[in-house]
Amino acid sequence: MTPLRVLAAMSGGVDSAVAAALLAEQGHALTGITLKLWCYGRAPVGERACCTLDAIEDARAVARTMGFPHYVVEAEEVFRARVLQPFLDDYAAGRTPYPCALCNQHLKFGDLIARLELIGADALATGHYARVERDADGHPGLYRAADAAKDQSYALALVPYAALERVRFPLGALLKHEVRAHGARLGLQVWDKPESMDLCFVPDGDYAGTLAGSLGETRGLAPGAFVDRGGRRLGEHRGIVHYTVGQRRGLGIAAAEPLYVIEIDAHENRITVGPRAALDAPGLITAPANWLVPAPPAAGERVEVKIRYHHAPAPARLHPRADGRVEVRFATPQPAVTPGQLAVFYRGDRVLGGASIERALGAGDAPPAGDAPPAGARAAAALAPAAPTAP
Amino acid sequence: MIYFDHNASTPVRPEAAEAMREALAGLHANPSSAHAEGQRARAAVEAARAQVAALVGARPDQVVFTSGGTEGDHAGLIGLAWAAERRGRRVAISAVEHHAVHGAAEVLERLGFAIEHLPVSRSGVVDPAALDALPEDTTVVAVMLANNETGVIQPLAEIARRARARGMRVMSDAVQAAGKIPIAFDTLGAEALVISGHKFGGPKGAGALILARGAPWEPLFRGSAHERGRRGGTENLPGIVGLGVAAGLAARDLASESTRLTALRGRLEAAVRARVPGVVVHGADAPRLPNTVNLSIPGARSDHLLVALDARGVAVSAGAACASGGVEPSPVLSAMAVPRDLAVAALRLSMGRTTTADEVERVAEVLGEAARLAVGSPS
Repeated sequence: MTPLRVLAAMSGGVDSAVAAALLAEQGHALTGITLKLWCYGRAPVGERACCTLDAIEDARAVARTMGFPHYVVEAEEVFRARVLQPFLDDYAAGRTPYPCALCNQHLKFGDLIARLELIGADALATGHYARVERDADGHPGLYRAADAAKDQSYALALVPYAALERVRFPLGALLKHEVRAHGARLGLQVWDKPESMDLCFVPDGDYAGTLAGSLGETRGLAPGAFVDRGGRRLGEHRGIVHYTVGQRRGLGIAAAEPLYVIEIDAHENRITVGPRAALDAPGLITAPANWLVPAPPAAGERVEVKIRYHHAPAPARLHPRADGRVEVRFATPQPAVTPGQLAVFYRGDRVLGGASIERALGAGDAPPAGDAPPAGARAAAALAPAAPTAP
Repeated sequence: MIYFDHNASTPVRPEAAEAMREALAGLHANPSSAHAEGQRARAAVEAARAQVAALVGARPDQVVFTSGGTEGDHAGLIGLAWAAERRGRRVAISAVEHHAVHGAAEVLERLGFAIEHLPVSRSGVVDPAALDALPEDTTVVAVMLANNETGVIQPLAEIARRARARGMRVMSDAVQAAGKIPIAFDTLGAEALVISGHKFGGPKGAGALILARGAPWEPLFRGSAHERGRRGGTENLPGIVGLGVAAGLAARDLASESTRLTALRGRLEAAVRARVPGVVVHGADAPRLPNTVNLSIPGARSDHLLVALDARGVAVSAGAACASGGVEPSPVLSAMAVPRDLAVAALRLSMGRTTTADEVERVAEVLGEAARLAVGSPS
């Protein structure tokens, strides 16, 4: 084995700690970096939040234990511009954003990877559960992790393709309990640290509260109308940021059958609700896609598409468009296609690419031969409301 | 490894380390004990007191041993403020004071005192005339002798003169100045002066507060008669011995080292300017410590530069060290009206006794290389 100089992104959690430690144990020359993103400071909000001052100390302790240097790099400005502001804008526009994908795209695999030269490093290592392998043609590809329950390939779908040449995911072949066992074996204090489940800047899981409170957001908080699909007013909502497509609980509307959020119209400050059947969508349109293959797939390619973090991938056909967007047609309609979440395209275990969902397709959308589907119909769908989940 | 971070801490002088080892091995008694063993320990403490006094131009009885700069700053500022409490409950500190002085002021604020801040010029110098504008009930003024980040030396004699004219006492943090520039406490006009051993070749955890005779002052640590009732607590004997030896050596070498380092500083700045056009040296117009260069390379963030330099064997400080190890614009540079984009690029290079001309050339070379990479990387 040729020892590499590796830059390890360390959040302070057990996964990135073990990832770095395993490489160090193998004899590579590690340099640990903790990106200071957001909720660092004097008031740690709990040990489950991932970027507090305590987390920085935890990362530093791992580096000390393994005998490699560790630094803190300030990334708050990039984080605000590339992750937080889009997150706020998405919520204000009635979408349900997935900021972890942006954080991976712009910070860890964008900003950080561009800095490898500063220390003369060959590779960037993170604690993500995913694999990078070469395909039969010798091209690198992103693949699902061995631990299906922990697989984070979904959160990595927006990573620039070129970055795959320089990343290492030491946990890709391991199960979570094995990772903790390695942590204990290597004497890392974080080996039994609780999982971080929430977004690092919304540590208590209260998105609306954080938006209006510490983030100072004023958009999307005004009460407005709940309407049915015919436009009839059914009640008053508390502000669109409190709702996501597919949501059933907490609507406060008395009705004969359970009602779900079907569409959020930020412009009209109006939320359309309807029965569960109305959640099903035959397909979706994405924003311009990121491809993790040398060339985008041909029109009509059969793949599986995952439309939120905990979604079982559904068979579908892809129809890439000239403008970079992708039209996805499911083999069977899928519930709760949620604008702002990612659509990630898989062939078996390989991630072909991914993109943010712009909108669900409705019955009125023409089949994918043409380019521009007719305006109108914007039916959407959901059973499990999409919520951002930490990668 | 090239160590250009002497303002953070210095290598312990071998003579000091040896004296400390002997003290640990041979002087186990309590310096307050009446027996002969105790008297031997006491003699070592008093010898160190004389050495420290000589370094700062004070009398031995004016020296109170402390655990270092932070304790000295607290004991000096709070002690002077308490003693003058009946005249007023307001103190003034300069905007560029060390965190420890800001911390001591916070303690006073917690006790109901008002805090004033004295501004500095773009060169980082306190304008002594600012003292004339302080409210009548201001009792203590704290202005450091030399700044830890920029090395800028303050016009302390003039500040003390104006303070005296208004009946105010003066406390001066001389942690960075001691051992680098001559200090004459007896003519300085300050009531309290603070030094720390590890900044001039002594051990960490040993420093001194120098108190003018007769200056109204109240102790912080009470309950026993150590240090003539000025600082309770059994003396850190090995630390004090090391501090004393280092003080003696620093006093002996001060003139020659000052000349040597001033020349190296000029050489370093010229070499960096030659490689990195556009580099800005903060406080360059003001009198500065011979060993300190605080510079910004536009577009090269200091946290990136620090990592790049460390990977190439050069140890420096980025801006001022902060709790998480990350970089934020330094309050000192902000007080000097340095724009934010330059402030986040600030790098402190501080030389010392071990620094050689070859190291200076090498640092300039590595800095040029790192700057090219850091400027090119996204922010």
